[in-house]
Amino acid sequence: MGPLFSPHSPQTHAIALVFLVVLAIAGFVFLVVTAGVFYSVVRYRSRGVSAEPRQVFGSRNLEVLWTVAPLLILTGLFIVTVRAMVLIDAPQDSIQRPDLVITGHQWWWEARYPNGVIATYDIYIPTSRRLLARVESADVIHDFWAPELARKIDAVPGRASYIWLEADTPGTYDGACSEFCGAQHAWMRFRVIAETEASFEAWLQRQAQSPPDPSGIAAEGARLFQTKQCAECHAVVGTAIDLRKGPSLAHLASREFLGSGIQRNTPENLMLWLTDPQSAKPGNRMPNTALTAEERRALLAYLETLR
Amino acid sequence: MTEWLRARDHKRIGVLYMLSALLFFLAGGMEAMVMRAQLAAPNLKLIGPETYNQIFTMHGTTMIFLVAMPVLTGFGVYLTPLMIGANEMALPRLGAISFWLQFVGGVLLYFSFAIGTAPDAGWFSYAPLTEKAFSPGPGLDYWAIALLMIAAASIGSAINLIVTVAMERAPGMTMRLVPMFAWTTLVTSIMIVFALPALAASLVMLLSDRLLHARFFDAAQGGAPLLWQHYFWIFGHPEVYILVLPAFGMISEIIPVFSRKPIFGYPFVATSTVAIAFLSYGVWVHHMFAVALGRNFLAVFAAASMLIAVPTGMKIFSWIATMWGGAIQFTTAMLFAVAFLLEFTVGGLSGVAFAAVPVDWQVTDTYFVVAHIHYVLVGGTVFALLAAVHYWFPKFSGRLLDEKMGRWSFWLIVLGFNTAFFVQHFLGMLGMRRRVYTYPDIAWFGALNLISTVGAGILVFGIFIFLCNVAMSLLFGAKAGEDPWNAWTLEWAAASPPSLQNFAQTPEVRSRRPLWDLKHPEAPDWGQP
Repeated sequence: MGPLFSPHSPQTHAIALVFLVVLAIAGFVFLVVTAGVFYSVVRYRSRGVSAEPRQVFGSRNLEVLWTVAPLLILTGLFIVTVRAMVLIDAPQDSIQRPDLVITGHQWWWEARYPNGVIATYDIYIPTSRRLLARVESADVIHDFWAPELARKIDAVPGRASYIWLEADTPGTYDGACSEFCGAQHAWMRFRVIAETEASFEAWLQRQAQSPPDPSGIAAEGARLFQTKQCAECHAVVGTAIDLRKGPSLAHLASREFLGSGIQRNTPENLMLWLTDPQSAKPGNRMPNTALTAEERRALLAYLETLR
Repeated sequence: MTEWLRARDHKRIGVLYMLSALLFFLAGGMEAMVMRAQLAAPNLKLIGPETYNQIFTMHGTTMIFLVAMPVLTGFGVYLTPLMIGANEMALPRLGAISFWLQFVGGVLLYFSFAIGTAPDAGWFSYAPLTEKAFSPGPGLDYWAIALLMIAAASIGSAINLIVTVAMERAPGMTMRLVPMFAWTTLVTSIMIVFALPALAASLVMLLSDRLLHARFFDAAQGGAPLLWQHYFWIFGHPEVYILVLPAFGMISEIIPVFSRKPIFGYPFVATSTVAIAFLSYGVWVHHMFAVALGRNFLAVFAAASMLIAVPTGMKIFSWIATMWGGAIQFTTAMLFAVAFLLEFTVGGLSGVAFAAVPVDWQVTDTYFVVAHIHYVLVGGTVFALLAAVHYWFPKFSGRLLDEKMGRWSFWLIVLGFNTAFFVQHFLGMLGMRRRVYTYPDIAWFGALNLISTVGAGILVFGIFIFLCNVAMSLLFGAKAGEDPWNAWTLEWAAASPPSLQNFAQTPEVRSRRPLWDLKHPEAPDWGQP
């Protein structure tokens, strides 16, 4: 992840350009100041002569020069800034229906698609078009930031904010919450996965499918999932029909990471969440489950069937 | 001992401010080192997220409210009457109560730390994370009450300084002849009187929400989370200049004396101070550019934020022009002042990046900001303070600081500071966010963080040598005499340390450099622009 050096959308290309302009101006000014300081320090070092140097009180011309010159440079920078803002910023009073609704929760991200599909952690987008994403919060202020693809934008409770979300090449782009939001702000990460239109559509179809009926020990796990309070917070169906308080576990077994990026999705790590969620991700909102070892094994078997 | 508790003399109050700031500086510094240790490598687990969040909250709150503001107030209270030829502050009892209120506020804040429920929402404490629902412990109540006391104390001492500069100047000292440090202290005090009430108001709203079930910041109940941000930054951005303008004043005293020339363009330097103060009230939204507020609204604040670079640049160029053509003496005080010029310029220029809104949309809330604020507040304010301590210590104590130890501490502090913080610019550009207790093993993150931690260690070592120098010189330093630097402002006409009554005889002032006039009757400054 190198936001200012590897832009992958027209918006972030524009930001990188403004950054280069700022860097050039700052570099130039820093050189002028450094040269002035070093020249004075070397040239006008006291050589032990006791007489005072000539007393100069000021110079109107010089003072006007170093007021007006920076003013001109900054006027140029302001023009560059405003032009880039127009290009990058999505209209905040849009009546257009968003292509994607992204919601920040303590401490995970959820994306809803128009056909009802819900994604957590991995947010898929097609490369062929520019999406209008509405960014919201379910609790405190978060900030949606996929630095290679888009400007960051605060997710403020009670308020809808909009960004353009777009990627010029297929790939996996890291992102994370960028506004301090409590205990696990550090692990409120996500990824944007850009794919060609065809594979994006295929992904949408797959996500809308219901999980297979479990059998054997997994069937016992499915029963426990409903009776042991898991289902009060977690959905297992990948669409908005079944929205719950906690992150959806639909297609859990096909995910690469758990806990918004804190661990890889291995049976051992998943077991940790069933045994002691607070050691899996300290401070997270999941209560202790008080399951027996037998029940945990059954639940794990069930969760592994959610492909 | 009891005479210090009952002290009303501005010199004693000033020393009390400095000592309490030193005490809290040690605490804030230890908090910084705990953070640097935790971040030295990816995925470390020295401390958990809850502890880390408390520590960065306490570090920011401490360094701003319990260190930077009090120590600058201490210098202001100690030096202002001496520089304007007064024997006392205008309101000595207000001065004493302001200090004790400030100190007790700091102790109250640390009491919450001691009982294990420190505030954990950052020094900026954004609502609604600060609401009872998300932060149920008493930490934020301690935080808000302590800051209310400190806000009241700051306003009290600011009023005292304003009245003192307005009423107590020596005969003949018009506002055009007031020394630059007293000028910036006056402007800073006026800013405090207008900025701190916004903080106090937001704290009262927060306490009402938390303790009285009000709904100022609860969106679900018709409140507005963004209300907090507007109030906080209407205070918060002037606050940055409240912490930086007195530093400008110190540099404007020190560079001329060691360059053996008067400050270049005094009227411009004074005017630019007032311009910065005015503009600083119109830029607060640049802390909120990541909020979707609409681009026309943001553009106004972008323009104002860029404008503020102009008066700041005027000052930098005036200081260089002061050195130009002088006969520069490289005392430790002057070394810190010259280093200030370069370090602060880095901080000022990275600040312009945030005014360019699209850049802010990438780097805000990353380590780029952490680098920026430390270049402004350490490279700027702390370097100026270190210059000021070396410059005025002889006046405070009657003894000179050791120059050899001074040079060691200077080079270690410069090396440590830049190693610790320059790499953080790159971390921010690479996408490392602020306020995270750990980070995944992303390319360069581990290496750059390790460099930063090593730099912080060197910085601590440099500060340790500086403190040893102060302690040893206090006991064994060479006697300084009234005027060791052959300086020009009135404090150098008083004894070192000054007697209870500063001046046996009221000094008369006919120029900005009354002692120059005395030493050079053949070419006095009378009537200079």
